[in-house]
Amino acid sequence: MLQIVDRRLAGKNKSIGNRERFLRRYKEKIREAVKRAVDGRGIRDIERGEEVRIPKKDVSEPVFHHGQGGVREIVHPGNKDYVRGDRIERPKGGGGGGSGKGQASDTGEGEDDFTFALSKEEFMQVFFEDLALPHMIRTQLAETPEWKSQRAGFTADGTPNNLHVVRSMRGAIGRRIAIGSGSRKELRELEERLIVLKRHRDRSDAVKEREIHELEEQIEALRARLARIPYLDPIDLRFRNRIKVPVPTTKAVMFCLMDVSGSMDEARKDLAKRFFILLYLFLTRHYDKIELVFIRHHTQAQEVDEENFFHARETGGTVVSSALVLMEEIIRARYSPSEWNIYGAQASDGDNWHHDSGRCRELLADKLLPLVRYFAYVQVAEEEQNLWEEYSQLAEGHPHFAMRKATEASQIYPVFRDLFKKEGAAAAA
Amino acid sequence: MSRARPQRGPLPLGKTAEQLPDPSDWSFDLIDQYHAVIKRTAQRFGLDTYPNQLEVITAEQMMDAYASVGMPVNYRHWSYGKEFIATEKNYRRGHMGLAYEIVINSNPCISYLMEENTMAMQALVIAHAAYGHNSFFKGNYLFRMWTDASSIIDYLVYAKNYVAECEERHGLDAVEEFLDSCHALSNHGVDRYRRPSRKSLAQELRERKEREAYAQRQVNDLWRTLPKRADKSGDAAESRRFPEEPQENLLYFIEKNAPLLEPWQREIVRIVRKVAQYFYPQRQSQLMNEGWATFWHYHILNQMYDDGYLSDGVMMEWLKSHTNVIYQPPVGHPAYSGINPYALGFAMYCDLKRICESPTDEDRQWFPEIAGADWVPTLDHAMRNYKDESFIGQYLSPKMMREFRLFTIVDDEKESELEVAAIHDDSGYRRVREALSRQYDLGSREPNIQVWNVNLRGDRALTLRHFQHNDRPLADSAQEVLRHVARLWGFGVQLESVSAANEVTGTWSVSAPEETS
Repeated sequence: MLQIVDRRLAGKNKSIGNRERFLRRYKEKIREAVKRAVDGRGIRDIERGEEVRIPKKDVSEPVFHHGQGGVREIVHPGNKDYVRGDRIERPKGGGGGGSGKGQASDTGEGEDDFTFALSKEEFMQVFFEDLALPHMIRTQLAETPEWKSQRAGFTADGTPNNLHVVRSMRGAIGRRIAIGSGSRKELRELEERLIVLKRHRDRSDAVKEREIHELEEQIEALRARLARIPYLDPIDLRFRNRIKVPVPTTKAVMFCLMDVSGSMDEARKDLAKRFFILLYLFLTRHYDKIELVFIRHHTQAQEVDEENFFHARETGGTVVSSALVLMEEIIRARYSPSEWNIYGAQASDGDNWHHDSGRCRELLADKLLPLVRYFAYVQVAEEEQNLWEEYSQLAEGHPHFAMRKATEASQIYPVFRDLFKKEGAAAAA
Repeated sequence: MSRARPQRGPLPLGKTAEQLPDPSDWSFDLIDQYHAVIKRTAQRFGLDTYPNQLEVITAEQMMDAYASVGMPVNYRHWSYGKEFIATEKNYRRGHMGLAYEIVINSNPCISYLMEENTMAMQALVIAHAAYGHNSFFKGNYLFRMWTDASSIIDYLVYAKNYVAECEERHGLDAVEEFLDSCHALSNHGVDRYRRPSRKSLAQELRERKEREAYAQRQVNDLWRTLPKRADKSGDAAESRRFPEEPQENLLYFIEKNAPLLEPWQREIVRIVRKVAQYFYPQRQSQLMNEGWATFWHYHILNQMYDDGYLSDGVMMEWLKSHTNVIYQPPVGHPAYSGINPYALGFAMYCDLKRICESPTDEDRQWFPEIAGADWVPTLDHAMRNYKDESFIGQYLSPKMMREFRLFTIVDDEKESELEVAAIHDDSGYRRVREALSRQYDLGSREPNIQVWNVNLRGDRALTLRHFQHNDRPLADSAQEVLRHVARLWGFGVQLESVSAANEVTGTWSVSAPEETS
């Protein structure tokens, strides 16, 4: 009896558990590959998969098998012109009589590395793991500074260009009816009485004549009163209402500030790079368009491209404020805070010309912090110097300023904890 | 030789055939129609099969199945992940096509049909797997003796759940390491001569608890005798060998005797051993099995064409694949990688049929019992009662050797050159046939390693012995495998390689693994 079973929809990815175990086993190799990739890639294209190579001997599973040597008799097909007793030179490389892939391949000699592709998700997983990141959630940012005006019903005051004629007239009619109704009722009664009196008019009856005259005067007065009800009163006017609602901005600019003086070695730069990448990744979750501005500084600040930012090295002293000044100049010139969400990320080893640190604090507090949405500072060295002390004063009064010391990749994330926390709260709401 | 089977050739068709529709896209309805005709045709040839279950799967699922040694379900292990990644990569880059089919020796017999196949290919797969392989699984003595088709899927489900449970309880690392060690010995975890008892899953489960308790007690008993023994003279204790006879099933020996294993570890050894045992017949009958399936898809589909069921287009399409499958590149050709089991197997069954139907004088001389006999029962007999080694030893005809232009090369380490020992001529036929037969003998393909001794009195070290075949040494991987043995055994392990002259020519040893728990 035949059964045909359609399994196509069931049991997809059955190997995923095995793949996970494979990745787990070679975690160290994979982590190395990810680290190399992070070093080699630009901040923008961090989110890709990666090819991982593992030497074949590391993934081999050993079993007992025969080695070279001893006596072997092997049967081959396709004899062309050999006859019994022919002697053949031993092929070099010890394949064993040209047995091709027969037994010789089991030794695994000279085979290529075992390579496989890490998917984008797996790559990011490893990257985040290194940074000790909790799971991130994509969501909209909670508060945004850009406003959009939109219609929201009608209001009693406004400018003439927003006057809504129909609404205003409708209000006028209602008002006129409401205000005139008592007078009109009285008028109707008086008129009826006047008609009755006039029907039985007797010119000789002076009392009645006077009553008629009074009635006529009253009617006249009521008519005049009714006529005085304004056709259109200021309280009738209705204007179209427009209110401003916040809209998420889709543009962000991220300033990467880094000290490139002699004391910043490759390891520190690598740490700084991860710090920048993390902020960049966070921004990509929220904004469609992100611009990166790289400012490097020693005693002078300079805007450079990414390549020069990470790989050029200078010597000499350090004046951190030069970078902050340049950042402010660039914001004023190109990134209006009403249009752009501005983020700042500064990495340094904390070394600064000692008179300059106080100025840095002032610059940040007075000029930059009011403009930016978040400013994070990472010191990639342990010792506390005057820059750290000055910045510490800032941290208290400014919730959108964060600072942290990091000597390992896993210490970077807490700098952004508040930033990510905000996101989590918004997601929960 | 008289035969009881009445059938001499295909039974008559009995009714007029109508050509089956032949669009390139398949549908369930079409598969049903084709299958009905294939089934009728197969029955006319007397093929006896398990009931069939055809499963339509995607290419990805085919890779899944591929990676877990062709089984629809298996326990989780990184090596299957590695296999999957390698398969997927090769497939994506177009280095290989996927197998057209995977068929599982189970009852009912499950054959996978890949979604991407055309209707003609589905017909080929059905004839090949659901009738060729299926009848081989049901008929061949190795499979009848060693595997239990009705319980394998249940057992693998059990194994999967058990391993998952162990991972939860003892940690992924512990289970992974332990499985690694078992896998290293899985080729040495089969019984070659004893037939395992058939057990249903329910029995397995019931007996597991009992077995765990019993095995642990047994092991304890073995080691408890030690203090008493120690009192006696050294010579006497030395002479008491354990095991008394060398044992070839290393995993079985470890399962029953390793002193430190926990019950769950013994159970995992048992699972690996059972799975290895299940695949053991397949490793011994690849040529016969593939040859048989290829022979039958060829004959069934040709018969259907002759009866008028198949269109020319369908014929051309499957014949193209068929031709590719049975291609044998000659030695020295870039594509050459040994003898193609499909090619030789298919050719040998065709040759057997020829010997039955139109024997030559040479055939009468070499195969007096079958020359001129009825071909259907002759092939049936050959399929049922041989494995690759004996099948070639019995049925490889001189004509086949000439057609394949077979020759043997002796590679002796002591000689500077290789020697052509025999070719396809009168003086060489027997030698070529014997050499090829030996080449398919698992016993000579894989090193013969046995449990030799356990030092019961002293450090409990285990000694394995490698009996060299034609002085062939072990490869360097032995040291690494030995580390796995030591992990399983729990104490030091050494391996001696012994030549035919009974001299120890090489030793490897690994000291007791560090206490981890």
